[in-house]
Amino acid sequence: MAKFSKHGKKGVPALSTASLPDIVFMILFFFMVSTSMRQTDRLVVVKVPEATEIAKLERKDLAAYIFVGTPVANKQAQVGTDARIQLNDSFKTVADIRDFIAAERETKSEVDRQFMTVSIKADVNVRMGIVTDIKQELRRTSALKIMYNARRGEPVNN
Amino acid sequence: MARPVQEINAGSMADIAFLLLIFFLMVTTMDVEAGLQRRLPPMPDENQKQDDVQINRRNILVVRINSLDVLLAGGQIMDVSQLKDKAKEFLTNPANLETLPDRKDKMIEGFGNFAVSEGVISLQNDRGTSYNAYIQVQNELVKAVNEIRDEFAMKNFGKVYIALDEDRQRIVREAIPQNISEADPKETGKK
Repeated sequence: MAKFSKHGKKGVPALSTASLPDIVFMILFFFMVSTSMRQTDRLVVVKVPEATEIAKLERKDLAAYIFVGTPVANKQAQVGTDARIQLNDSFKTVADIRDFIAAERETKSEVDRQFMTVSIKADVNVRMGIVTDIKQELRRTSALKIMYNARRGEPVNN
Repeated sequence: MARPVQEINAGSMADIAFLLLIFFLMVTTMDVEAGLQRRLPPMPDENQKQDDVQINRRNILVVRINSLDVLLAGGQIMDVSQLKDKAKEFLTNPANLETLPDRKDKMIEGFGNFAVSEGVISLQNDRGTSYNAYIQVQNELVKAVNEIRDEFAMKNFGKVYIALDEDRQRIVREAIPQNISEADPKETGKK
């Protein structure tokens, strides 16, 4: 005769959480490799325009960033509300772009220098005057590969 | 009688991992770097005698945005939504009109002769133009070129441009160049 357990109904066995760390580690590693830490404090508010025909920047490490926009709220007392240029960590003028580009070129390896892209992150509300000045200065420093930063989305026509 | 080594309780490992996970979640900036890529024309040499490159009037489409974001393309005031069709008509010249750009046979490696349009779109803006309007116009012009490229690629290779391999993309690029010139700034219409 087979022997039956006397304990009867066992109920639902407790869910094993032994693999939970594995799952969490998996997500963790994903975030670790996909993370790029923000290197600079943003001094200007930039809401990039929306466009549909955007192309992704192939080499992120070869990009130099120029931010253009209104200063953040707690800096407005010092510098006003007019659109300003931010390079690295401080407010700069168009005349400083030359040095900035030269410094950025130095940080790239010699073979990659020609592929350096200047990414212009400008706010939707800035006027073209300041952007044109930047473009002219970039032409003078022969940093000719540029990108107008934009988000994917249906453009708003106003 | 050696005592067995006690197992380390790994129950809190998940907590530690969660802690790290949350840290990385907080510091992550997921913004993809994307946008409209452009190549600026090199600065003309001041010492060099500037030889005027005369481009035939029919080969230029002047797109102008004034300080009030009003768009003027080829002498007509229009909305941004109409610009794409205008640019496409200009670049393809389907009816071979006298007023639209000429085509010139060009030998493309790996494809053969193709009548490449000589049209150049000249984009002019004012200092007071808003950046948003400028990007929208740029976007429409790029869209026009991309659509022509897709049509060309569809007709000749049966695939859209982006699905082609590197060499065929080059052929399409050569057959339909993206000739958008951003003119030197002019000090006009300044308030």
